[in-house]
Amino acid sequence: MLTVEGLRSRYGRIEVLHGIDLHVDSGEIVTVVGANGAGKTTLLRCLSGVQPVSAGQITFRGEPLAGVPAHRRPARGLTQSPEGRQIFTNLTVEENLRLGAFLYSDDRVEKDMQDAFQMFPILREKRNLAAGGLSGGQQQMLAMARALMGRPSCLLLDEPSMGLAPIIVQQIFDVVSGLKALGVTVLLVEQNAFGALKIADRGYVMETGQITMQGPAEELIADPRIREAYLGI
Amino acid sequence: MSELLQFLFSGLTVGAVYALVALGFTIIYNASDVVNFAQGEFVMLGGMITWFAHAAGLPLPLAALIAIVATAALGVAINKLAIEPARGAPVVSLIIITIGASVFLQGAAQLVFDKQIHSFPAFSGDTPLRIGGATIQPQSLWVIGGALLVFVGLWLFFTRTLLGRAVLATSNNRLAAQLVGINTNFVMTLSFALSAGIGALAGVLATPITLTAYNVGIGFALKGFAGAMLGGMGNPKGALAGGFLIGLIEALTAGYLSSTYKEAAAFVVILLVLFFMPQGLFGRKSTERV
Repeated sequence: MLTVEGLRSRYGRIEVLHGIDLHVDSGEIVTVVGANGAGKTTLLRCLSGVQPVSAGQITFRGEPLAGVPAHRRPARGLTQSPEGRQIFTNLTVEENLRLGAFLYSDDRVEKDMQDAFQMFPILREKRNLAAGGLSGGQQQMLAMARALMGRPSCLLLDEPSMGLAPIIVQQIFDVVSGLKALGVTVLLVEQNAFGALKIADRGYVMETGQITMQGPAEELIADPRIREAYLGI
Repeated sequence: MSELLQFLFSGLTVGAVYALVALGFTIIYNASDVVNFAQGEFVMLGGMITWFAHAAGLPLPLAALIAIVATAALGVAINKLAIEPARGAPVVSLIIITIGASVFLQGAAQLVFDKQIHSFPAFSGDTPLRIGGATIQPQSLWVIGGALLVFVGLWLFFTRTLLGRAVLATSNNRLAAQLVGINTNFVMTLSFALSAGIGALAGVLATPITLTAYNVGIGFALKGFAGAMLGGMGNPKGALAGGFLIGLIEALTAGYLSSTYKEAAAFVVILLVLFFMPQGLFGRKSTERV
């Protein structure tokens, strides 16, 4: 579904992605784990078109994404729940969700919103409040729900566990693994390697802008190098 | 009593113009957090282009329409040529760019038109209407009605339409707006066009009363800005109320004290309001958790 070949990207003169190759097949949950600063967020920014690509190719559902501006990518089925949530703080929870489906104005919008409330009941309770007043965990739920309102076939999820209490992290990861049943393919970027690998089918390990290991998630969890470097075991 | 009524009429008239300018500020501010100081020049252009086209022999309604469309196009050009290339610059730099654009437009108007003071006929004649012992020009009703109509239109746009919310979303978080599929460049183009068009409309409506010249823009910009700040920047309701308040304060000061103090009085009131209510009269407190 999503193929990345030799992807390079830079901030000014400093190259941060040195040729990334990865692929995500339809229906998979794939995770990219790695330390802070490895370039994981830059990778997702390239995929969403908000970060310039200096070399390499991104192909989504058989078509190259080069030259497709960021705001046209959600219509192709590629949406992102970005790092740091990036919700619309001045707007209400409901307005945030409605804007998630900005491209659509059919009956399914209302149905999707009810589904989102089903998934995260706390959002229904707070639907008329300004999103900026939500707690960190609630904001993360809103960011994910907003991305799902865009009817993705592939959801890019950047650090959904960041800064959250363990019990909320578990809840978020449960929702992510449930997306499979809804037919949504997921590319999950995480520092929380253990949590991410537990729900993923396959994983990539990223270090300083390169993929250094890859394989089925259970193999990566069992790998002694990963256990030492990322899992703290 | 009729004296007070007379002052109120004149305050409402000029206040309506300020309100239109303040509404123009509101749109661009809502889309980009930028305070567009070229807003006053749009008012000037609305008046000057209408005068020019009318003097060239076109009927007044057509001349006014041309002025509004041409000014909206100029607003879009300013965005494309001056604001968009500076994308990513701090808001303060963008505001300074708008001041540059304002100086440029004023200079260009001086060259393209002239340095004289101009006017054109009022829309519904010059026979004053007598109300309760005071008189009001029919053109005043056009100005006040125009401000109210534009306000209602904008209020519906921002609160009832998805595109209006997309404008708010773009200013709140441009990255997230792109990620949900909003074309943020189009949102900016749209807001400059709307804002410039509304400014020009203010010029068209007000010129038969206030007259126009190449250099009237800056005064409108300052008063309109004051109105927007007084009401709470970014809030159409605040812009409307703020603009009318500034006009009323000016007119009452000029009437009961001296017209020498009318400019000062408006700004003293703004200082007081901002000192005790920094968000303005209608501004909402921004609550944000990080």
